[in-house]
Amino acid sequence: MSVRVQSDPFDAGAELTAFSASVLGAGAVVSFTGIVRGDNDLVALEIEHYPAMTQSAIEAIVAEARSRWSLSGCLVIHRHGTLAVGEAIMMVATAAPHRRAAFEAADFLMDYLKSRAPFWKKEIGPEGAAWVAAKDSDEDDLNRW
Amino acid sequence: MVEVVYFAWVRERIGIPRETVETGAATVADLVDELIAREARYEAAFADTTAIRVALDQELAEFDTPLKGVREVAFFPPMTGG
Repeated sequence: MSVRVQSDPFDAGAELTAFSASVLGAGAVVSFTGIVRGDNDLVALEIEHYPAMTQSAIEAIVAEARSRWSLSGCLVIHRHGTLAVGEAIMMVATAAPHRRAAFEAADFLMDYLKSRAPFWKKEIGPEGAAWVAAKDSDEDDLNRW
Repeated sequence: MVEVVYFAWVRERIGIPRETVETGAATVADLVDELIAREARYEAAFADTTAIRVALDQELAEFDTPLKGVREVAFFPPMTGG
């Protein structure tokens, strides 16, 4: 189980290869990568976080996922700082004996990272900057679990 | 005495990322009332507390949660990770 909070870019493909090798014998690996969208002439995305809380909050979410599904492994990487369009913001990878647990755990992790991990996104555009507002649907997503 | 930290637009409206506050507030809501009474920038930041989340010693909490024994209070908008 690995949780990394970092400003440095990461190579999602290389991370997935290394993760898959680390869970040798698991029958299923699922991964999700979140990428900065090029909507609305976005120039950059700034991600602020709460350094004293971020790691422990994500670890608690991962612990909850492990209590619900039998996972062979789990990886979460989340960046902060200034990101350009097309850069990977974060990734989740889960491994399990069978596909359904891996899919569901990855989906669960994404829903919780979205609204329970202390990150705040700000969009920098040609006309200025604006904080990204949380959506009501983000909270609804938590109720799926 | 508690350390109070602010993030995202809450930090921008208040104008500082953290401060030490001398307070006898029993709950988070009492602390917010004390801050609002201080200066207009706090009033602007806390105008709609339904839009603000709170964490006590890095754990999510509610506005009616007691502050006894708490060292760090954080105020921030709903999180937008992922």
